[in-house]
Amino acid sequence: MKPSDFETVRVDTDLLILGGGMSACGATFEASYWAKKYGLKVTVVDKAAMDRSGAVAMGLSAINQYIGYGKGQNTVEDYVKYVRQDLMGISREDLVYDIARHVDSSVHLFEKWGLPIWKDESGEYVHEGRWQIMINGESYKVVVAEAAKNALATMGDKGQLFERVFIVEPLLNNGKCVGAVGFSVRENKFYVFTAKATIACMGGAVHVFRPRSVGEGLGRAWYPPWNSGSTAYFTIRAGAEMTCQEVRFIPVRFKDGYGPVGAWFLLFKSRATNALGEEYMVTRANELPKWAPYGTGKPIPANLRNWLGMEDVMAGKGPIFMRTEEAIANLAAKYKDDPKAFKKKMKELEAEAWEDFLDMTISQAILWAGMNIEPEVKPSEIAAAEPYFIGSHSGASGAWVCGPEDLMPAEYRKQWEPIGVYNHMTTVPALFTAGDGAGASSHKFSSGSHAEGRIAAKGAIAYILDNNQAPTVDEAQVAALRDKILAPLARFEEFAPLSSDPDINPNFIKPKMFMFRLQKIMDEYCAGVSAQFTTNKHLLERGLELLTMLKEDSEKLAAENLHELMRCWENVQRMWIAESHLRHVMFREESRWPGYYFRADFPDMDEKNWHCFVNSVWNPATGEWTLKKVPVINLDV
Amino acid sequence: MPSYVILEKCDGCKGQDKTACMYICPNDLMVLDKEKMKAFNRAPEMCWECYNCVKICPQQAVDVRGYADFVPMGASVVPLRGSEDIMWTVKFRNGQVKRFKFPIRTTPEGQAKPWPDEWQTGSDDIKSPVLCTEPASTLAAQLPTLKK
Repeated sequence: MKPSDFETVRVDTDLLILGGGMSACGATFEASYWAKKYGLKVTVVDKAAMDRSGAVAMGLSAINQYIGYGKGQNTVEDYVKYVRQDLMGISREDLVYDIARHVDSSVHLFEKWGLPIWKDESGEYVHEGRWQIMINGESYKVVVAEAAKNALATMGDKGQLFERVFIVEPLLNNGKCVGAVGFSVRENKFYVFTAKATIACMGGAVHVFRPRSVGEGLGRAWYPPWNSGSTAYFTIRAGAEMTCQEVRFIPVRFKDGYGPVGAWFLLFKSRATNALGEEYMVTRANELPKWAPYGTGKPIPANLRNWLGMEDVMAGKGPIFMRTEEAIANLAAKYKDDPKAFKKKMKELEAEAWEDFLDMTISQAILWAGMNIEPEVKPSEIAAAEPYFIGSHSGASGAWVCGPEDLMPAEYRKQWEPIGVYNHMTTVPALFTAGDGAGASSHKFSSGSHAEGRIAAKGAIAYILDNNQAPTVDEAQVAALRDKILAPLARFEEFAPLSSDPDINPNFIKPKMFMFRLQKIMDEYCAGVSAQFTTNKHLLERGLELLTMLKEDSEKLAAENLHELMRCWENVQRMWIAESHLRHVMFREESRWPGYYFRADFPDMDEKNWHCFVNSVWNPATGEWTLKKVPVINLDV
Repeated sequence: MPSYVILEKCDGCKGQDKTACMYICPNDLMVLDKEKMKAFNRAPEMCWECYNCVKICPQQAVDVRGYADFVPMGASVVPLRGSEDIMWTVKFRNGQVKRFKFPIRTTPEGQAKPWPDEWQTGSDDIKSPVLCTEPASTLAAQLPTLKK
């Protein structure tokens, strides 16, 4: 297979939506409504099949962001305060507010579209926690994708969906995003999409760090292995300002299977203890004031809960257990005088506990069945997973985007005035993002990502109406990108005859070993699992040195087929996320989220100097990185 | 392995341009060996065990065997997905079997109607923060904003 076998397919559109997950579905749904009104064309490009693409591909057992403000349950302001607290004071409160005021609309739509949401006797949603509602979510993504596709179909030939097309690079013209290029993973086709506005929502990043399981279980990351950082790569390469790239997320989940713990902690009121039966949230409570005001506020931030458990592990008090047997016994105690009611309740709880896994992490069900675990009989191990980049959850990495006119602080607004104030536009004109792509707006999860995709789509349509010129594309740039993107195929063709082993050749590196090399660097030097999430300036400098050589070698990646070509570019994307992350961790000279990573050379949180965002820009013209501090401006809530 | 294909049951989705498992796999792992007319998982170590290939296979020819590097042998988890609910059979290593049934959707397949009639969009202004179906779909009279 060689580059000359490829046909170049050119697609010109008005709005280009890259991705197929929750935020892309939200964007497609919303864009279809407004684009139809104004006669604009919408093109959606997914690397997989939209029914089951993105992080919700398997399903989910809960919706983690629901405000219920229309029912008087909570206010949008409450949510802003909750996110401020969980992220140790660092969040774009205008964005968080904006998502929170739209998320209920998305959830109510999901229900109309056919998602079963648990109801109590009075017909209200069953809450797992204050913001979390329980669902029968096996087909969550199918239902949401169906509504998006049905919306797109109402546009006739002005609504297009491309599946199995992998997007690599942005197309730029004078600093403006004018589209994207990529290739089909099914046919020999190189795709050139030109657009008046582009929304990049291709998810977060997994496998940047070495996972705990490196054999067959390599793919069993908590977040799906197909999320390779395509969005952040796209925005970084376009020259967009990035924020919070240091704020990775490390979930504590049932060990190895990474099954959800939310239902156990919140719904079943389970405790987590060490092997000695000590509850680290109690025995290590004295640690929390060190991280005040967040450590002493409620609820205790996810990263600090992680941290106290990690301290127990470092003190040799593992394993850490979820005390499922105790939680069930406590629940059962309420029925001690009524054995019949108890039996019924137990049956109900058992189904709920298993559904929690079967809806979203089936591997955990296999693992429990394989270990003969009956949660009412014995506790189960939990552990901190490897780091992920997921701005939609309790991490915060992503692009720095424009907020809504009525909420964005004036100081942030200034940055967009010269290029146009459009909600969720990055600092690159015509380039928008949402979901895992938009930074500093954590805790949007699946529902908030959908809502945010909708926000970005309306912003992008507004941009197109004000800037309705056909994009100018530099054909020389397109030709150079085609050569570069297809080069791994040419390299394999040229050098493979040298060796009897298609994977071992002094002239090239295959994507799999390239990924392992990246993961080893990040794990050992940039606070991965084997370094107990700890690093310092010297380790980071050494890590950067090794990353620089890896980057040079990325020009020697080789691919035998389309699948491997995708793997090559996925791993280049991961490498860029890694570099961006490492540079941010190096720049921020403090430890603010100790349960995500710990700077041994700056072991304390430094509110005086570092109560701020760290933002970065990679300059596409010079290849230089610039990092800076940006003030956090709180909303008056 | 994650997902594997039972040779006896797989018919390579005869007569179709691609197999169901190839169509659905979010990680581009399932491939059809056109000579044998059998599908296979080309990189089991990159499989998330999302079960989408298992659920979609018309021949029930795809199964999952837990990751060999940390799951003790002998268990199985098998779904049967219908148009309204899904049945799960969980078999333990010690032979114990549990069965569960959960609803998956409340509308007929394909019938998700994007814009419900009762939630008309409250603003035609492309610059307003009001999204389509809002504010009606929020269940509040108006979209919240900051009190000035």
